[in-house]
Amino acid sequence: MTKTMTKSMDLRLRHANKSTQLKELAIKFVLIASSLVAILTTAGIIVSLSYEAFRFFAKVPLSEFLFGLDWSPQTAIREDQVGSSGAFGVIPLLTGTLLISFIAMVVATPLGLYSAVYLAEYAKPRTRNWVKPLLELLAGIPTVVYGFFAALVVAPIIRGMGSGAGFDISSESAMAAGLVMGIMLIPFISSLSDDVINAVPQALRDASLGMGATKAETITKVVLPAATPGIMGSLLLAISRAIGETMIVVMAAGLAANLSLNPFEAVTTMTVQIVTLLTGDQEFDSAKTLAAFAIALYLLILTLGLNIIALKIVDRYKRKYA
Amino acid sequence: MRDLTLTTSDQLKKRHAKETRFQWYGRIAILISLSFLVFMFVAIFFRGAGAFQQTKIGLDINFDQTLIDPTGTGDPEIIANANFKPLITKSLAQAFPEVTGRSETRALYKLISSGSVFELGNMVKENPELIGTSQKIWVTATSEVDLYMKGKIDETISQDLRRLKDRDIAWVKQLQESGVIKRKFNTALFNNGDSREPEMAGILGAALGSFFSLLVCFLISFPLGILTAVYLEEYAKKNRITDLIEVNINNLAAVPSIVFGLLGLSIFLNFFNLPRSTPLVGGIVLALMTLPTIIIASRSILRSVPNSIRDAALGLGASKTQTTFHHVVPLALPGMLTGTILGMARALGETAPLLMIGMVAFIVDIPKGVTDVATSLPVQIFLWADSPEKGFVERTSAAIIVLLIFLVLMNLLAVYLRRKLERRW
Repeated sequence: MTKTMTKSMDLRLRHANKSTQLKELAIKFVLIASSLVAILTTAGIIVSLSYEAFRFFAKVPLSEFLFGLDWSPQTAIREDQVGSSGAFGVIPLLTGTLLISFIAMVVATPLGLYSAVYLAEYAKPRTRNWVKPLLELLAGIPTVVYGFFAALVVAPIIRGMGSGAGFDISSESAMAAGLVMGIMLIPFISSLSDDVINAVPQALRDASLGMGATKAETITKVVLPAATPGIMGSLLLAISRAIGETMIVVMAAGLAANLSLNPFEAVTTMTVQIVTLLTGDQEFDSAKTLAAFAIALYLLILTLGLNIIALKIVDRYKRKYA
Repeated sequence: MRDLTLTTSDQLKKRHAKETRFQWYGRIAILISLSFLVFMFVAIFFRGAGAFQQTKIGLDINFDQTLIDPTGTGDPEIIANANFKPLITKSLAQAFPEVTGRSETRALYKLISSGSVFELGNMVKENPELIGTSQKIWVTATSEVDLYMKGKIDETISQDLRRLKDRDIAWVKQLQESGVIKRKFNTALFNNGDSREPEMAGILGAALGSFFSLLVCFLISFPLGILTAVYLEEYAKKNRITDLIEVNINNLAAVPSIVFGLLGLSIFLNFFNLPRSTPLVGGIVLALMTLPTIIIASRSILRSVPNSIRDAALGLGASKTQTTFHHVVPLALPGMLTGTILGMARALGETAPLLMIGMVAFIVDIPKGVTDVATSLPVQIFLWADSPEKGFVERTSAAIIVLLIFLVLMNLLAVYLRRKLERRW
């Protein structure tokens, strides 16, 4: 081949190769640069949150933040004002967050799991094709809509039921927010669990059915135990969602930092406090605004931790049956 | 023998009963979940449907030249700055000759929205030939009258607890009898920005704010998402950096949305000094938030393009880049676009990060570009839901209905594109 080629042609080819090579390199560079945006975003989140949080911890000691039982972030307007140095204990916010998440999970877990089991094991393909997208619709509704629903529809109903039974329930209660958040979480649990149940090998079911077990017995005694790790993973993902959820609690949970486990009282959450600290009038550099970043850092660590554990569990489970 | 069969059949009956029960638990769980969905839609729809109509009061208004433009200049500036309130008070005085006294007439005037003077002003500005004529004009009634006309005010409770007093209701009934109070299609809802008066508040400003934010979000996240997906699927070697990027993207997808808002606040607003409360910053934040979703969706589409296409292109002498960008990406593009639209639909409903970057102010003006201060539809819903005026409940639900319609349209577009353009291999 090369023998028949003239020298100039050879040169031209080599030249062309060089320019295409350059082009390839440039394109590869652009591609790498754009994938670095994701890393930069993470870095930006971690750096900005930690930077502001460290400035906060210069004013308020870390131990007071982590273990303090009082949350009242008002800072003094005058230097000599009494009792307004602000208390920045995150415990009431954490319990509020966990209480609402717990209520949400109590609602979402049975509904999501039973739906998943029915859809995966019993439903005809036609029913499944209808019901699954409808359930997933619940996940597509903006959270501000859930918040409105919780504050203006569910909370008055709960209040009305409470006064009917002789209880005095505050109009902003952990119950309303948790209940509605639970509805939002149903599809997260049902679709992930559905996938997980479908991944259980058919051979396990066949063996159990062959031994004379009914379908329900097969599911509760064989399929679900086999799928447990994956289901745990999906529940953890849902919890992480619940902890980071903002709009529902901002609109329905309340602002008062009560250290209480009573679901009919108003509690506040970490996300609610971030929003209240950073909207409205804010002076930057005050402990009050910086506190929001400290809470956000805590929130990020919590959700990411849960997420990493959940993904690990699901991953290991998938590998087991792959 | 007989006993034995009896016991087993008893047991069997129990086991079968359990089986049926178990199935019913599943059905009931699905039923409850879906009934929540239906209940929510119905509750919001019933609260919001009324807001698409607005009560108007027909007044015979004399566009008196001496009141609007006394010197007869015809200058639009003078007309725009004229005081139109006397026009309405005069017309009301004619319609209710029996109402006298300062406090009475003032109460009567309060039936009409304070925004209606601006409506009259705009009307005259657009049609200057109205000056000097007498016309029957349907002016907007105040929110309280509107609620009464829609049957949302309980007349039986003591009038001290109502903002609309018995006297006001009597006037409204009088207007009803003469047929000059009517519910008409609510154009203000779609043409106005935010307002303190529920009857004048509209969603146009918020909708445009959402539009501009999504535009910025799309322009950033679509190219970046696709390029990242292409890099990870087609170019990246399996090494630690690639792993890092991958883990990173999966974790970013799980970061609470409010954290992205804080990122926007401290990096884009405080560090880069980008303009606060603007769709520009909102769009950037939403883009960073939707990026992981788009990347994950695009990667699975790229993975579904068969290797034979790549092999054929490479075999004919195409370079790696040519193979990727002339053959693989065009085949995957419709699917990637579908994924992006779904990501945009989620970004449209996002509220929390926008609160952090100040897109949560009371903004009357309608934004004209990405650097104008604006809110967005979900933020407007949040703001209205927080308003104490009863009239806003209806508006909030109406805004939710509009938002949900937009979401449905975007999802339908995605489904349509998938059906129409996507290839099955």
